[in-house]
Amino acid sequence: MKENILIIGGGIAGLEAAGQLLKLGYNPIIVEKSDHLGGHVADWNRLFPDMSPAEDLVSRLIAASSEANIFLNTEISFVNRLKDSWNIMLSNGISIITRILLFATGFTLFDASKKEEYGYGVYNQVMTNSDLEHWFNTGQDERIPEEGPAAMGFVHCVGSRDEKARNPQCSKVCCITAVKQAIEMKQKFPEAMIYCFYMDLRMFGKKYEDFYISAQKDYGIRFIRGRVSEVSENIEGKLVVKAEDTLSGKPVKVTLDLLVLMSGIVCNQQTCKTAGLLSLPIDSDGFLKSRDNIADITEAPREGIFYAGTCTGPKTVPETLAEARSAALEIHNYILNGM
Amino acid sequence: MDFGFKISPSSAVNLDNVDLTLYNRLLEAEPDICKCIACGSCTASCPANRFSGMSVRKAILNLQRGKEKETARMLSNCMLCGKCTMVCPRGINTRHLILSICKLYKEEAK
Repeated sequence: MKENILIIGGGIAGLEAAGQLLKLGYNPIIVEKSDHLGGHVADWNRLFPDMSPAEDLVSRLIAASSEANIFLNTEISFVNRLKDSWNIMLSNGISIITRILLFATGFTLFDASKKEEYGYGVYNQVMTNSDLEHWFNTGQDERIPEEGPAAMGFVHCVGSRDEKARNPQCSKVCCITAVKQAIEMKQKFPEAMIYCFYMDLRMFGKKYEDFYISAQKDYGIRFIRGRVSEVSENIEGKLVVKAEDTLSGKPVKVTLDLLVLMSGIVCNQQTCKTAGLLSLPIDSDGFLKSRDNIADITEAPREGIFYAGTCTGPKTVPETLAEARSAALEIHNYILNGM
Repeated sequence: MDFGFKISPSSAVNLDNVDLTLYNRLLEAEPDICKCIACGSCTASCPANRFSGMSVRKAILNLQRGKEKETARMLSNCMLCGKCTMVCPRGINTRHLILSICKLYKEEAK
């Protein structure tokens, strides 16, 4: 009989791991809490740095894992430890007996309304990176005027590197996402003046630096080093954004029609709950704690439990996919050698 | 009326009122200007900096913030030694850039 492997989460990590495990001859079972596969990436429009459609990637992953058992709108209710396996009870009443669990539970997008000074949920013209991607996909958002904004801004590090918001870590992908979205907006509205307010620009990945230079050279996007301190509304209903231009050491003020907040990657509270059911430790950054953060990032300290993707910390799409493949291989080795 | 004190003008830059016509003309002549990452290598290597506060990084930034006079004043201290060009990690020909800025502003002053 084919070995059951329970994958928690049907985002790109879960799908990629399921596809690989199917190829290796196992029986992956995906449990997904939402009503669709692909997770956050399914809600995105295009992916940096090559502007490839997110939809293509997700549909390819779904096609490769179509033979897996997939339960949508399902969560894990409780877990019983048997002699050398677990009995997992799902919210749809089905119980699964498995020796192996793979966490591909992903992350939660930081709730931008917690940073009240940025005015998300207070002013009509403030939106998040995810709202903007939704608009790229659907073209529907009242916050974006039909003729486009005359001036708009991006605020980097919203809920990232922010101890007060209890997320001291860098979310890794927002810098480049802001540059990507700024370029996309400039392509749609060439007349718009676009500002990016940043603390540092962390352009670590392949071709990111080229992307950043192109944003300045080819698209004229203006980068201002300084964290936005305050957003308010003037009498015409436009946004007045204040920051310090830390390069010149002077405060700056600008009036904008649209402000996009780059919400960061934070740990998924539900993951922590499920991890609690299995007595798995949480790392100091709030994400799941791996056996070793260098050599065994895809393994939990407990035997038979594996991790893939952003449940252990912020990651890019290619990093997540590579980790999912690596986790599938670790599972294969574990089944063959019992280690 | 003399209160014994006066209010100093705000040092804040209002980006809404910045006139970038001249800066955009400079961009056409010197497209590399936007490659500047404000690392400060030019300032650190500048022999005039100690005495006059000359800094190519600040000169570029002042132009972007519409403070053209400050840039012109600063550049008058440059000795065109070219050390900043040597150290620039982005390969910006800063010496050439300084000359271009001076030329543009001279034209403007006429």
